[in-house]
Amino acid sequence: MIRRAGAVSLAFALMAQAVLADPSRVLVIGGTAAEIVAALGQSGRLVARDATTTFPPELMALPDVGYMRALSPEGVLSTAPDLILAEAGAGPVEAVEVIKASGIPYVTVPENFGPDAVAEKIKVVGAALGQSDAAATLAAKVETGLAEARAKAAEVPAKKRVLFVLTLQGGRVTVGGDDTAAEAIIELAGGVNAAEGVSGYKTMTDEAILAAAPDVILMMERAGAMAAKPEDLKVNPALAATPAGQAGTIVQMDGLKLLGFGPRTPEAAQDLRRALYGA
Amino acid sequence: MTVTLAAGQPEVDRRARGARATWALLVLLGFAALAALGSGASGVSLGAVLLGIWSGEGLDARTQLVLFEIRLPRLAVGMLVGAALAVSGALMQGLFRNPLADPGLVGVGAGSGLGAVVAIVLGGLLPFQTPWLVPVAAFAGGWCATLILYRVATRQGRTSVAMLLLAGIALAALAGAITGILIYLADDNELRDLTFWSMGSLAGSNWDKAVLGLPFILPVLLFAPLLGGGLNALSLGEAAARHIGHPVERIKLLSVLGVAAAVGAATAIAGGIGFVGIVVPHLLRLATGTDHTRLLPNAAILGAALLVGADTLARLVVAPAELPIGIITAILGAPVFLWILLRQAPLAEA
Repeated sequence: MIRRAGAVSLAFALMAQAVLADPSRVLVIGGTAAEIVAALGQSGRLVARDATTTFPPELMALPDVGYMRALSPEGVLSTAPDLILAEAGAGPVEAVEVIKASGIPYVTVPENFGPDAVAEKIKVVGAALGQSDAAATLAAKVETGLAEARAKAAEVPAKKRVLFVLTLQGGRVTVGGDDTAAEAIIELAGGVNAAEGVSGYKTMTDEAILAAAPDVILMMERAGAMAAKPEDLKVNPALAATPAGQAGTIVQMDGLKLLGFGPRTPEAAQDLRRALYGA
Repeated sequence: MTVTLAAGQPEVDRRARGARATWALLVLLGFAALAALGSGASGVSLGAVLLGIWSGEGLDARTQLVLFEIRLPRLAVGMLVGAALAVSGALMQGLFRNPLADPGLVGVGAGSGLGAVVAIVLGGLLPFQTPWLVPVAAFAGGWCATLILYRVATRQGRTSVAMLLLAGIALAALAGAITGILIYLADDNELRDLTFWSMGSLAGSNWDKAVLGLPFILPVLLFAPLLGGGLNALSLGEAAARHIGHPVERIKLLSVLGVAAAVGAATAIAGGIGFVGIVVPHLLRLATGTDHTRLLPNAAILGAALLVGADTLARLVVAPAELPIGIITAILGAPVFLWILLRQAPLAEA
């Protein structure tokens, strides 16, 4: 563990060298990375953002270079950044190659949701912005929040079964199964993922939904016209017949906050736990 | 004597019109290319570039990158793909004697779609990773589907166009089903890649892709007009064309192979871009008549110009982001197409 931490900080040190001492025109690609920049108090250095950046709301005023997986190389270069902070999923590969060829420092922020993931993301962003100390403080704060959430989750006497519903398009229910950010946040809030045995985000058949017997349906608050709405649950007979559908217990949360695994994750876990158990 | 004149006059007229159209289209393509090179989110303009070269100061590194690594390869890929799709559409419409035919009828679309999905979903299982996997798999998929279809439709040395059509529908359904299974297996990252692939885009264009597409597309563009006479004769019906002395079977084989090569390569380097293959030959037929020896080269030029123009708009409208190009081709093409159809309607009735 200590050796790994050492290797990681060495990597940060190397990365920090490659980056300008004090970048002042930062392009951020990825909603969680942007949140971290803002949480470090550095949003004044941002010149542009991508379409997944939605928090804090004042970042929405920045020029938008498009969806992070469909970047336009010239569009990215036209914002004249001196540092690009991009989450790992940024693409397409060819566009990223051209952008890197321009010589603008390009730092990749990991995009995962494991136990140490948030702290790692914060440290990468902090090192790139020359704010390692502030990043260490923020990471420690988030770690404390997460540890607290885990402790409270362990105290929950009777865990509720939570089904994360991504979309209800065409009456087909797409749920978050094993190894998803949705499952991670449900467990962090002291719930059990009802969609066990499903891998990734998948369509679930009506009978499997009945068998999963969720006590609570969890959905994202906003994702455009494709977002699931509470009244839609009543339309799907299987969902309506589950304990959650019968009792009408639907929890909706902001998608980036819920699934982003950034600085707001302890708060998201707390919000969800309160929504589930009322405390 | 009078009879010959009366019959000959409109023919000469139309030929002259076709030739004039070629020049006009080349000028249009030139403008489209200059506009594509001279505009973009970064604000690098052709004027500034020319000034830099003229004054001997040269270009700074960023301008060079934008011009030679972003705009120029993108222009090349756009021209290749647009020309390939439009010529393939014209070939298919001539071969099937149906103005609604498109390259999808010979299985290229379904096959390359399946190839791409296999590469995106199962590519992670390979011991090595390469960005070439998806284009190569898409090309191979399109090519395989076409060859299977051609074999199925060919009995005793004769290819049945009706059989090609029906078997094509069956093959597309099968490929669609296998694609569906793979989509079910895909994780959410792969699904997003699939969505963007199927929308088609020139955003990932680079010199590698232009070089990948060139050997398959350019020969088809150059040699397709040679099939024009045969396709003209085919419009009289297969038997008639055979009696006038056209090698009907060879024309069919070459058309199908040409479409497989051109569309397979175009799909491989730019994903699925619709509409160009239908609208371009139509516009030209309405404007300059149905002579395939003119139609095929003109389609190549107009297809290239249309796609380059559409891509320039796609890059500018929501800069610094960009729109999927399929949206632009449909928004530009559909109203023009409808307008021409409406203008033609009174003539057709008369």
